[in-house]
Amino acid sequence: MNKDEVLKLAKLVRIEMGDTEAENLTREFDAILGYVGEVKEVMNDGQNITAEANPIRNVMREDGYPHESGTYTEKILEQAPAREGDYIKVKKIL
Amino acid sequence: MIDLAKLTIQTAKKALQTKKFSARQLTQASLDAIEKKDKDTHAFLEIFNNVLQQADDADKKIKEGLDLPLLGIPIAIKDNILMDGQCATAGSKILKGFIAPYDSTAVKKLKDAGAIILGRTNMDEFAMGSSTESSVHGVTRNPRDLSRVPGGSSGGSAAAVAANLALAALGSDTGGSVRQPAAFCGVVGLKPTYGRVSRSGLIAMASSLDQIGPLSKTVTDAEIIYDVLKGRDSLDSTTITDQTYSKNKKFSKTIGVPQEFIKSEGVGENVQNNFEEAIKKFKSLGYKIKDIKLPHIKYSLASYYIIMPAEASSNLARFDGVKYGLHQDGQDVIEDYFKTRGEGFGKEVRRRIILGAYVLSSGYYDEYYGSALKMKRLITDELNKVFEQIDLIVTPTTPTPAFKLGEKTTDPLSMYLADIFTVPANIAGLPSMSIPSGWVGDLPLGIELTAGLGRENDLFTAGKEFLGE
Repeated sequence: MNKDEVLKLAKLVRIEMGDTEAENLTREFDAILGYVGEVKEVMNDGQNITAEANPIRNVMREDGYPHESGTYTEKILEQAPAREGDYIKVKKIL
Repeated sequence: MIDLAKLTIQTAKKALQTKKFSARQLTQASLDAIEKKDKDTHAFLEIFNNVLQQADDADKKIKEGLDLPLLGIPIAIKDNILMDGQCATAGSKILKGFIAPYDSTAVKKLKDAGAIILGRTNMDEFAMGSSTESSVHGVTRNPRDLSRVPGGSSGGSAAAVAANLALAALGSDTGGSVRQPAAFCGVVGLKPTYGRVSRSGLIAMASSLDQIGPLSKTVTDAEIIYDVLKGRDSLDSTTITDQTYSKNKKFSKTIGVPQEFIKSEGVGENVQNNFEEAIKKFKSLGYKIKDIKLPHIKYSLASYYIIMPAEASSNLARFDGVKYGLHQDGQDVIEDYFKTRGEGFGKEVRRRIILGAYVLSSGYYDEYYGSALKMKRLITDELNKVFEQIDLIVTPTTPTPAFKLGEKTTDPLSMYLADIFTVPANIAGLPSMSIPSGWVGDLPLGIELTAGLGRENDLFTAGKEFLGE
């Protein structure tokens, strides 16, 4: 991975990053990807995976109203960096 | 005077019930010990303001003749487990000043069982680390040797128990974060079967691997806390019941040892010798030892360092400076995100978020993430199959005893390798426990027992026999 690729990824994940850090990460990623890359090599080696029956299943629930509106509003809004009335406030988007 | 070093949950409960001392006196003893000793270790980030009130409530219940499993017992919680009205930061600047608006299920269960929640303990930022050095609140030191790390990421919880500041603590374990610090500090640490303990109110790192577990001085105490924590929870749909996995197989005192895996590169000679001694002890206790072959287990760590960052990068997308926590102002909304996340996340967290984005990105997804998921399946099947012939797998918990502060901070890959023996249990969802197995000089070592899915009881049986409880 080169520096520009790291900076591009940083942009995608919304993290402000300088050139020096990206440069350092490039070197670290080479070592890490070299190590984790052995997995893809073994798996490319024609391994056949057949998923066995798993007792764990996805759990669904009705898309209903879990509690009365307003019960937690105040408690949750107290944590917001900015609010206006009962809304979380953000800057203009359009 | 109460000597905390001599107390366990089991003995403290007896003393409370027979009125040898009150919950308030016991809690005060913990507070005094923290005041006196925690300047050196820095296990705690905060003592909750209502601790003595909690103790008085417990004393009232004891007076009324109530008998709850943890009534009057002071317990610490890791800084990523929420308690209503208290701060929780996951060791990160991005959650500076965050006050939890609800109780995690784990804390609710501790409260219902009568426990006194002392305060929150230090951890690697977002549980990403094996040394508690990546916390924004500064390092925690190993109480057995202050020049060394306590392990991580639940390093504060392990140090609090080892230094006799709390009788037990909760941690979270994604790749060894309960068991590895337990081994480094010389205490017991349990990671239950995936889904056995609710994660509602645990700040998520990698959701297919995370599990909450206790750190304690004895296996008996770990079992007491586990019994309180376990169970189905409608707030965490991954939770399972006692019947999810078959209980047909009888415990036959058979241990499997993956000899080839234990001789991996980087496993210290002192660790190998200690492990051999532990196996001898199990033999003398009537256990049969079998050499087992697990051809793919050596790829656990590599798969883990693909799956975990992938899930973490998704989980940590929620920290945006809008809903809670740190907010850094920019020109517009998008710049707010960049500044907040740029300022709020530390080095290791940034490293893993970007790594996660890379292995999930188009063009690399199949190669990395796809391969790792297949490998996870392969390892899981291999382990489940081997448990048809044996009850437990035993390995060292860590390849070395506690390392020096700063020794691995500049080389992330060498830090990752500290998890080599703990990661497989997370990959396969198996219950796994580290117990103390001896010393190298002043430094404790641990061995790790791993059992089949849903078979925590086998861990407790063997662990108690090994430690003579």
